[in-house]
Amino acid sequence: MNLFLLLPEISLIIVGVVIICLDLLVGEENKSVLGYLAFIGLIFPLALTLALAGRNESSFGNALVIDPLAIFFKVLFLVAAGLVILASIDYAQRLPIMQGEYYALVLFATAGMMFMASTRELISIYISLELTSITLYILAASIKNDAKSGESGLKYMLLGALSSAGLLYGMALIYGSTGTTVLNDVAAAISQRGVTAAVVLGLVFLAAGFGFKISAVPFHMWAPDVYEGAPTPVTAFLAVASKAAGFAVVMRVFATGLGPAHGIWPSVFAVLAAVTMTLGNVVALRQDNIKRMLAYSSIAHAGYMAMGVASATTSASSGIMLYLAAYALTNIGAFVAIIAFSNRLQSDDINDYAGLFRRAPLVSIGLALCLLSLAGIPPMAGFISKVYLFLAAYEAGLAWLVVLGLFNSAISMYYYVRVVRVMFLKEPSARESLATSANLGVALFVSVAGLLVLGIYPSPVLQAATQAAQVLFP
Amino acid sequence: MSGYLTIITFLPLLGAIVTALIPGRNERAVKFSAAGFSLVALLLSLVVAVQFDPSKSGLQFVEKLPWIPQLGVSYFVGIDGLNLPMVVLTTLLTLLAVLASWNIKPNPKEYFALILLLEVGILGVFVSLDLLLFFLFWEVELIPMYLLIAKWGGPRREYAAIKFVLYTLAGSALMLTGILALYYASGAKTFDMFELAKTPYATLYGAAFQTVVFFLLWTGFAIKLPVFPFHTWLPDAHVEAPTAVSVILAGVLLKMGGYGMIRINMSLLPGAAREYAWLLGTLAVISIIYGAGLSMVQNDLKKMVAYSSVSHMGYVLLGFAALTSLSVNGAMLQMFTHGTITGLLFLLVGVIYDKAHTRQISDFGGLATKMPFYAVLFTMAGLASLGLPGMSGFVAEFLVFVGSFASLPWLTAIGAAGIVITAGYLLWMIQRVFFGPLVPKWAHLEDARGLEAVPLVCLMAVVILVGVYPGIITGIISSGVAPVVAKLGL
Repeated sequence: MNLFLLLPEISLIIVGVVIICLDLLVGEENKSVLGYLAFIGLIFPLALTLALAGRNESSFGNALVIDPLAIFFKVLFLVAAGLVILASIDYAQRLPIMQGEYYALVLFATAGMMFMASTRELISIYISLELTSITLYILAASIKNDAKSGESGLKYMLLGALSSAGLLYGMALIYGSTGTTVLNDVAAAISQRGVTAAVVLGLVFLAAGFGFKISAVPFHMWAPDVYEGAPTPVTAFLAVASKAAGFAVVMRVFATGLGPAHGIWPSVFAVLAAVTMTLGNVVALRQDNIKRMLAYSSIAHAGYMAMGVASATTSASSGIMLYLAAYALTNIGAFVAIIAFSNRLQSDDINDYAGLFRRAPLVSIGLALCLLSLAGIPPMAGFISKVYLFLAAYEAGLAWLVVLGLFNSAISMYYYVRVVRVMFLKEPSARESLATSANLGVALFVSVAGLLVLGIYPSPVLQAATQAAQVLFP
Repeated sequence: MSGYLTIITFLPLLGAIVTALIPGRNERAVKFSAAGFSLVALLLSLVVAVQFDPSKSGLQFVEKLPWIPQLGVSYFVGIDGLNLPMVVLTTLLTLLAVLASWNIKPNPKEYFALILLLEVGILGVFVSLDLLLFFLFWEVELIPMYLLIAKWGGPRREYAAIKFVLYTLAGSALMLTGILALYYASGAKTFDMFELAKTPYATLYGAAFQTVVFFLLWTGFAIKLPVFPFHTWLPDAHVEAPTAVSVILAGVLLKMGGYGMIRINMSLLPGAAREYAWLLGTLAVISIIYGAGLSMVQNDLKKMVAYSSVSHMGYVLLGFAALTSLSVNGAMLQMFTHGTITGLLFLLVGVIYDKAHTRQISDFGGLATKMPFYAVLFTMAGLASLGLPGMSGFVAEFLVFVGSFASLPWLTAIGAAGIVITAGYLLWMIQRVFFGPLVPKWAHLEDARGLEAVPLVCLMAVVILVGVYPGIITGIISSGVAPVVAKLGL
């Protein structure tokens, strides 16, 4: 019962509760103070997480585990949450969003994700997943009186509930076959008793349930509508942190828990990867709403990362984590730029982005760099992370998937370059320059600087990712 | 001694940032900044060229630092006889392109910043000796080129730009597959080209592996060179790009393909290079004849020069396909000389287009009476392009033919016929545009002078210099080609 290991999450939840309490005391005009407080409050969990780095302990009967994998993802979630909160402050002021609760919910969702990354036991996985998901459902619907936002929240909740049910059924099957919910013991039991039909069925349900979380095809249908309708900072949070948490859990459950079934689930994920990346890229070609386009692009990127899951090796897993780090910075940067533009343009249509380079040069360049990083152009981080992941997949024998991935990357260039083209080459509809608030500027700058540094000097992050991956495949 | 290459490669990046930061209203400062940075890059590359010692085998000015140890990627750059002429050509053509676009409108600041960024990518491709670093720089030049064509180009610029990007990307996808295959198959955990070259792929994996990887890589380079049937992006991109961008595109970007073929395909996979020499030679000859034939029927001057590039790059491929020491030397020399000659031709076309606002040959006639200096330059450039002795084109083509005849006699004979067609379209064009009666509406045209004439005269001087004294370059080239040819076992 080592509570010390839980301190990051505990401190994060305390900060959230404090924000809710302060919300009662703070007047309507000063709500942004809560945002800044939430941002600063993230320092505590971050410091505590880094203080726990380097350990390899478990507690609460293996329900909580602190190892390099957990630390990597916790840091990722906290950084993402910080940038999202910073980006939300002006957005939240403009729209009828309940502000104190908004920031607190973001913090609670982060806490849920941090739990998800550091547990080795099925029930805890489910509980932390629900904590994350339910807060995200509320956040998606948080623009009051907006039909799209309500629709996105409802859709997310209904489909999420359905997939959670499937997930729980899969967990029940696994428990029934093995008699335990702790992943290490599950693996031992399966290798002892063999891979039975029940285990395979459970595996399939688990893949389906987690597939919803990572928006893999055919469980992706919620993503475009939810991404489009939710408030853009929440979309950014969903696209980045929730997906990363999904992958953290997928890697743990399948690599650690279902390791002995390694003849089955890699092929399942290989097929999932192939379909996901292709569908995501092809449908993104036709999107006119930039949030929907990024939704389909994030589906495609989930496909690339699923390729890493299918490879089932240490280097592939570290590739997924490097990819997630690059993907997090890139997507947050892109969404921050979109928030900056939509704040002034009141539109998310790509055609309304015409000539924005003339009106907001720095933000346009930032958005362009993020989009080009998603396309895999050097020297941004997207390039090196893609190369590393593809190489790991090739080494694992998935050459066909690598070739498919490369052609998909080439296809994806079109829709990313299309936005760049509209911003840089078309004439703007008005001439006055678009001011951007300082918060958004800082968030964009940090993201873009981060992805350039990661692209040019990935070694430290790669080192951390490799250590984390060795937890899964020693 | 060391550090030069990094400075040469990244100085234009600094230049791009500085140029971008200068306020747009101060056009003079922007232009002088761009010209200054490209001039310094040129001078540094000339310093390297002078200090390079052709008699020493191996690489010089090497810089090697580990970059991503987990993958075995290192920052490995160096100069030898293969890339030194290309580096000098790049810096020279970039400076001349900057001078030639002195009056570009609109937004000269973004234009010059993008040209400098493009230069970084191209220089990086030539000096990189680590496969992943090579691929990284190969991708870097995509976006600046796209924006340069799509924003400052002609009427069909967006179509041409996106076509260029998509063709190149398709090639890059294949190239990366080949690179990953080489990396994984060698088991050496490194992307260092020279380490990988030591792996005996043929004995380890058999001929099929070599063939597949060879063609994966080769197709990527063939799209760039370009080789028939992958050449269809070139006429659109060259015609729609602004003049100076066409100069860089035709002068250096195409050579990236040829350089890749010799540096990677021939050095790492010599067995497949020998086995498929006949196929490469055939495609080369088709490029030569087809490109020359298409040039003959063009009415647009720029399109004619563009197709002539397809034809001249066919000579390069023929030289590589023949795999003899002379032919490969000739091909490398042809890359350099074609860069200068075609650069000169595009600049000349740009001059007349700026003055007359048309490029149609049928619109012109008798221009020599009004623009004698320009007519002399254009005629000399045309003669250089068709390979008149005394100019650099002759030396290169002669070496290619003499060298290729030894191993591919029939193909060389057909290819040499291409010279006749080349002479045909160039002389016919010169006769129609410059000689004969003056078309009255051009009576007001002024001759090329001042800043317009500077890049023209510079390139002409290089063309004549190399034509009269090719030893300046051939010594360097042969020191680089010798180890490659030795590896081919011929």
